[in-house]
Amino acid sequence: MTKILDYTREDAGQPPSLFPAYASTVARSPREPLVRIPQTLTETTGPADWSALMGESKADLTRQHAAAPLGQRIIVSGRVLDEAHRPVPNTVVEIWQANAAGRYIHKKDQWDAPLDPNFTGAGRVITDAEGRYRYVTVRPGAYPWRNHYNAWRPSHIHLSLLGPAFATRLVTQMYFPDDPLIPIDPIAGAVPEAYRQRMVSRFDLATTQPDWALGYLFDIVLRGPDATPMGI
Amino acid sequence: MSGPTKTLDNQSPELFGQTPWQTVGPFFHYGLPWKGGADLTGGSDLGARPELTPEGHYVLKTARDPGPLAGKMIEIVGQVFDADDVPVPDAMIEIWQANAAGRYNSPDDPREELALDAGFIGFGRGATSEDGEYRFNTILPGRTPGPGNSQQAPHIAVGVFGRGLLKRLVTRIYFEGEAANDEDPILALAPAARRLTLIASKTGEATYRFDIHLQGEHETVFFDI
Repeated sequence: MTKILDYTREDAGQPPSLFPAYASTVARSPREPLVRIPQTLTETTGPADWSALMGESKADLTRQHAAAPLGQRIIVSGRVLDEAHRPVPNTVVEIWQANAAGRYIHKKDQWDAPLDPNFTGAGRVITDAEGRYRYVTVRPGAYPWRNHYNAWRPSHIHLSLLGPAFATRLVTQMYFPDDPLIPIDPIAGAVPEAYRQRMVSRFDLATTQPDWALGYLFDIVLRGPDATPMGI
Repeated sequence: MSGPTKTLDNQSPELFGQTPWQTVGPFFHYGLPWKGGADLTGGSDLGARPELTPEGHYVLKTARDPGPLAGKMIEIVGQVFDADDVPVPDAMIEIWQANAAGRYNSPDDPREELALDAGFIGFGRGATSEDGEYRFNTILPGRTPGPGNSQQAPHIAVGVFGRGLLKRLVTRIYFEGEAANDEDPILALAPAARRLTLIASKTGEATYRFDIHLQGEHETVFFDI
């Protein structure tokens, strides 16, 4: 019999699949209950060689083109941890975001804000032995969307992590402190209020570099080993 | 007189816990699905949609050649549909699977007695097309251990992402015609009337079809893992 390390299930801070205030969820979320299954080797394993999968690290989004992008240069730094506070080393964090004006380089983003030829807004950073990562980018702008009248998304950076197993996959969005759009955003608002601030980064003077860039801290916590595994 | 309320944030110890899921949104194509991401057997650009990224802004990985692989090459094609059977053009599918010998290319699979194909990572990612269609080229996986002393039928773990999906939906692809399906411990947990939503139809000698219905009469079985 193969020994299997179980991972925790999702906690009370996760959003539901159906959240009608975010209109697109209504026709795209299941109505049948999820079928709970024991974790097998399928769920407790995952790809480890991120570089073979995704290529080399691209941690400075301000140096991908001929000149520097417009906008406020920022450093985002933090740790990837599991729920037992253990670092998750050598794991890839994929990031993508809008430019300083709030426009994505994506061809289907038709909002009338300028593109920046010097900013793509995609990268991937790798955690070190202590689970730390760091990247340099510009602060993304807010942008309007069609969810409801006068809807604006708060400034955010998308982050995508595999973690050690299929079960530890996470895609999230990092928000900025004191953004007045967060409390009225139905995507951030899908997360129960008591847990929503987990997605809000902290301005940090120690991460800030003099005469260079503002620094923000953002730790990412993945599902951890389950202390009380199911008897399977 | 009351003092100012302390605003908690990501760094507050009292808030420590799982980072909440958020949707990938509609504009993930220049950030996530790389060229070749959906071709686990190598060689093609399957998986990416580079036409959605302006010239000079493709910064993702390009296709790689994994070298010779053991096992049977298969193609899996399907469409993602919403509640109204409208194809979903801004979804992304990820897969994770064992190789032909039933071994996962992961340090957490301890069964070193089983052959490992160094070039077969077993992870794939592909965006849906304007018709909501995805396509993977891969290897038919072998059987893997299940709970207790059970054996699982050949299967592929699937994650579904997209605009309107606040968090990943998890399902599995099983394969029509595999005798082991009848004794698979996970398939047995799905309600009998909906179990067929987990089994890809065999459409040719090495081709399968696996549609994903997010909601509606044919709603796919999704798992809580």
